[in-house]
Amino acid sequence: MADAKITLEQVLHVAKLARLRLSDDEARQMQQQLDAILGYMAGLDELDVSDVPPTLHSIPMDAPLRPDVPVRCSDRAETLAQAPESEAGGFAVPLVLEVDS
Amino acid sequence: MPTYLGLDAVAFRTGCAIPRGMTAYEPVIGLEVHAQMRSRTKLFCGCPTDYGAPPNEHTCPVCLGLPGALPVPNQKAIELAVQAGLALECEVASQSVFARKNYFYPDLPKGYQISQFELPLNGKGHLDIEVDGETKRIGITRIHVEEDAAKNIHGAGSSAVTLVDFNRGGTPLIEIVSDPDLCSSDEAEAYLRKLRDILMFIGVNDGNLEEGSFRCDANVSIRPVGQKELGTRTELKNINSFRFVKKAIEHEIARQEGVLQSGGEIVQETRTWSEGQGKTISMRGKEEAHDYRYFPDPDLPPVVVAEERIAELRAAMPELPVAKRLRWQADMGLTEYDAGVLSAHPAVATYFEEVATTLAARSGKSLEKVGKKAGNFVQAELLRHVTTSGLEASFPVAATSVAELLASVEDGTINGKIAKKVFADMVDTGKAPKLIIEEQGLSQVTDTGAIEDEVRRIIEANPSQVEQYRSGKESLIGYFVGQVMKATKGAANPKMVNETLRRLLDEQ
Repeated sequence: MADAKITLEQVLHVAKLARLRLSDDEARQMQQQLDAILGYMAGLDELDVSDVPPTLHSIPMDAPLRPDVPVRCSDRAETLAQAPESEAGGFAVPLVLEVDS
Repeated sequence: MPTYLGLDAVAFRTGCAIPRGMTAYEPVIGLEVHAQMRSRTKLFCGCPTDYGAPPNEHTCPVCLGLPGALPVPNQKAIELAVQAGLALECEVASQSVFARKNYFYPDLPKGYQISQFELPLNGKGHLDIEVDGETKRIGITRIHVEEDAAKNIHGAGSSAVTLVDFNRGGTPLIEIVSDPDLCSSDEAEAYLRKLRDILMFIGVNDGNLEEGSFRCDANVSIRPVGQKELGTRTELKNINSFRFVKKAIEHEIARQEGVLQSGGEIVQETRTWSEGQGKTISMRGKEEAHDYRYFPDPDLPPVVVAEERIAELRAAMPELPVAKRLRWQADMGLTEYDAGVLSAHPAVATYFEEVATTLAARSGKSLEKVGKKAGNFVQAELLRHVTTSGLEASFPVAATSVAELLASVEDGTINGKIAKKVFADMVDTGKAPKLIIEEQGLSQVTDTGAIEDEVRRIIEANPSQVEQYRSGKESLIGYFVGQVMKATKGAANPKMVNETLRRLLDEQ
């Protein structure tokens, strides 16, 4: 494991940020799989890319831009009906407290 | 070699002055401003950005983050951001990249905010501020484009829920990040006011703090005077007035000093200003919030703004307030103060310019001759009738009507005092100045004979004052002018009254 591309701690950290609850076995499995993927990608390190400009995007094109013209929005009742809960025109979620009292 | 002294001197000039008194710490402040751009539609979809619609009325699959929806950047928003960059002398990148900033919060439907990270639209720039009569250059680190989050409403619905309104979600913002060059709450306030002025004048932002279209976060740390390394900083968030920013920064500096002086350590955290409690308070649940795992958004290819387009946008930029003030001082002889008052709001500035140039055209006189008069009248009579809301301002009468009124002063039809009365009637009735002058017979008496008759009458009625005047008390001329003006109900041409009085009084 000395040459591991990713540690178990890193896996658990990323899982926490992604709100994933992993069992010990799952975490170890993820660590091994991610390590294999990163090891495979490391093959690229053998190439000398010092003269190659960084690739900004996988598709070589400029972003098409949109004129600033309003269009019809979705129907609100239809939109809200898809949410588990709504109230007074808003999406209702568990209370978010932002400040320590 | 006095290397050390040399470096120290430079650091002192460009950095913070040593604080007064015995305080052993100096504050270091950096500001992040989120300014909503004035496009009609959102950053990545065609939903309108109008403020005040019923909750979730302005939403679609893109700004609700529904699977499969693809964002397409708004050209107008990109170009407004370029203009903000140009106004702050930033290096505008011909190619910039949108990135995903990942975190979970109910106001963020996709689980990430589309922002810019490694390659922002605008790089280094600067803003010069004036504090205590001195100019200080504040570095701008970057200005990037991003989408706004939705709005969480607490306490409006049932007690156990937060309501989310996505009308604001996806609205185009620029985030303007300053270098940590500010040393006091006064400097921070000056920076914010000037920044808001500029963004309003170039039409990028409406400067409305109450509606949240101009929001400020402050990064505050302190360090022992002379220390190069920055201290641990706290981030003050969600402060919605210049006054509160100032108070929050002052309180936070004092709080950090207290912590350090009692041997404690500053914890890096997010705090907010509680006006009720008069202090900054810690915000919960942000301990891992700074690990955003940015990566380029695969849905959005790089945004390219051609050099020629940047040049066009530069040419199309409205004049900045500073340039306006200097021009008015040079062309019209306005004082720095007057120019400052008249340029405090873009709509007022435009209005004043229209009054001045129309007056010059109507009277056939130069701007140099009439500009100051127009400025004085607008300040003294008009401004108290003007109300502003964001970029909008409402004026009681059209600028051309004010110019017409002042032109009748210039051509001698009425005098300045009558002009004020006519103006009051214009505000009340909406009638044109010429009509009011005609209807009320306010035309100045410029008939030499009529004025002479009145002057003779006043001289006869005041023998003792006449005697005093003739025996050398020349200041009494003011008394006589006053009497004649009173008798003619202010309609006499004061210059002619003055001349006639002197002629007749000096006659014998």
